Amino acid sequence: MGDPWMELRQFTQARIALGRAGHAVPTQALLDFQLAHAEARDAVHFPWDIDAFAGQVHDLGEEAVILSTSVSSRSEYLRRPDLGRALTEASRTRLNNLQASAVDVALIVTNGLSSTAVERHGIPLLQAIVKGFRSRQISIAPVALVANGRVALADEIGSVLAAKLAIIVVGERPGLSAADSLGLYLTFAPRPGNTDAERNCISNIRPPEGFGYAEATAKLLYLTGEALRRGKSGVTLKDDMDTENLVLQTIIELD
Amino acid sequence: MKYTRTFKTNNYNFKDIKTLLAKASPLRSADELAGIASVSEIERAVAQWVLADLPLTEFLEELLIPPEDDEVSRLILESHDQTAFAQISSLTVGGFREWLLNDATSDADIAGVRWGLTPEMTAAVSKIMRNQDLIAVAKRCAVTTRFRNTIGLPGRISTRLQPNHPTDDPKGIAASVLDGLLYGNGDAVIGINPATDSPKNVANLLRLLDDIIGQHQIPTQSCVLAHVTTTLELMRSGAPVDLVFQSIAGTEAANKSFGINLALLAEAKETALALGRGTVGNNLMYFETGQGSALSANAHHGIDAQTCEARAYAVARAFSPLLVNTVVGFIGPEYLFDGKQIIRAGLEDHFCGKLLGLPMGCDVCYTNHAEADQNDMDNLMTLLAVAGCTFIMGIPGGDDIMLAYQTTSFHDALYLRRVLGLRPAPEFEDWLDRMGIFDGNNALSQSIEPPKLSGAIRQLMGN
Repeated sequence: MGDPWMELRQFTQARIALGRAGHAVPTQALLDFQLAHAEARDAVHFPWDIDAFAGQVHDLGEEAVILSTSVSSRSEYLRRPDLGRALTEASRTRLNNLQASAVDVALIVTNGLSSTAVERHGIPLLQAIVKGFRSRQISIAPVALVANGRVALADEIGSVLAAKLAIIVVGERPGLSAADSLGLYLTFAPRPGNTDAERNCISNIRPPEGFGYAEATAKLLYLTGEALRRGKSGVTLKDDMDTENLVLQTIIELD
Repeated sequence: MKYTRTFKTNNYNFKDIKTLLAKASPLRSADELAGIASVSEIERAVAQWVLADLPLTEFLEELLIPPEDDEVSRLILESHDQTAFAQISSLTVGGFREWLLNDATSDADIAGVRWGLTPEMTAAVSKIMRNQDLIAVAKRCAVTTRFRNTIGLPGRISTRLQPNHPTDDPKGIAASVLDGLLYGNGDAVIGINPATDSPKNVANLLRLLDDIIGQHQIPTQSCVLAHVTTTLELMRSGAPVDLVFQSIAGTEAANKSFGINLALLAEAKETALALGRGTVGNNLMYFETGQGSALSANAHHGIDAQTCEARAYAVARAFSPLLVNTVVGFIGPEYLFDGKQIIRAGLEDHFCGKLLGLPMGCDVCYTNHAEADQNDMDNLMTLLAVAGCTFIMGIPGGDDIMLAYQTTSFHDALYLRRVLGLRPAPEFEDWLDRMGIFDGNNALSQSIEPPKLSGAIRQLMGN
């Protein structure tokens, strides 16, 4: 039995107006769900080609440095988030040696729970961010690429690099209709022990359905500017920006 | 060592209550991650044996966190009612389990000891209860709350309509709200998780929901699940806030990681009360919790995940909430690894919450990196509905396209109504019948007359 409000589907990707068989979903809707779940499950275990990604970062005109956590497998990554929050000793040393001059921003990329997201949106998002930072004279450290990392890994990396801000791009956990969503987390004065309340987050970066690269970058530039100006991040740094105007303005500026 | 037991030739020592509780906990990955779980099944079984012999009074003597270090511990101590406790003060944990199950104990007796219980006592007894015990006792605990309708009456189950959208698009959200209403969902709350916490965005969403509820005279309440500081700011600037939402946890340090404390929650509650938006009652706080939140904030003090969770309920009940929701499988496999652990945790949380007097609902859910699927959710939702769960989530097709996890669907609530005869909140049920959405018999209408919400659909379509 179909629903007479089928046409509302144009407004959302949510599974509305599925129709029903008695109280239950029709067979087609049931099978669609199962297939989507199978896709998402597979996306979690898909590997990230970090070397190829580093090459593409170079192509953007930025340095990249590949670092590691002590996570040895995808399955260990899922069970032991603590291991995904810390660099190996060798990587820490490598980062220490890399340190040249003080920078505004440490930029980190990890596949997190969706390699698909980083593979699909990572480079175009970085391109927009890097361009935005250049136009605002905000200096960034070599882009740190780490497989199987967690959000709090940004604290350690930002702290070793003595950056004023740490920004981490992370593959968000896949949903049924969104297996390729990226999240961005920004932390002022990064140091091990930062809490989530000290972070600002932009999630669902996944054009065309979610936030676009330019839109996310505009928001990030706003938050970066405010964090640097006011010397803080997190719940005390409210996101008061008039999104539409600023996005438009920034897109024009970046073009 | 105070807590020891010899089994065959081996001695098992548990250095304090905290350790004993952790070792006695049914297995879950959170406690393994914290390094406090039993190392063997025998150790767990022995710990449960020792725990069963522990007098309930011990929980008032040996505190898990020094009160001077933790405001949640101070709250637990200060709100403990010795008079209510008197009826069970001579019992051990094992004896308490039997008292709860005993036919000679009335439901009123159980309700009567609520404020004599500390969350640690409820956590302890849950650890030596089977799933069927958790269900049977929870079913005896009726908790009723009110704002614009009456939630938690026996023989009823409510739903939170969760119309999330990845970019908070108003039309997208409105479409999901209408779909949910047309499937008879939304009596607990129509509650949006905003994609961004900006005050302007949250205010827009609040107005959108307020318009829908007002226009169709729906006996329900709205909530945009922003941080409590955002909601406070918006209340002061005149936004239409029905319920104040906040995620809470069972230690001061974990709450700090959420950017909150008890004083802030109290301030938010008072501010919301002053708005006077409830029509049949004044329960207006909406809390979410979940096992593992304290551990994920590195703020668990060596206490196991389930006991930390029960302590969050002490925070919740200090504010007489309309709804408390344990978001059981959302946190991921490092805390609850698979369907079995998620089901167990859901039943424990519902039991502990109800025993402490809370309007306990459950987001019966899982993420795509957990070893679980929709069949596990069918099992948990059915078990919880039998246990008298206050509310579950309703999401289009069970797929949250913003938060990227799976929970229960609009159809799932209809399934529970069909197989268990459970009805929505009475005021909302009347509304569903009046609108031609339900048929007067707790099921969707078969009438060829379109429901009265058709106008809203046409309006959204722009003609």
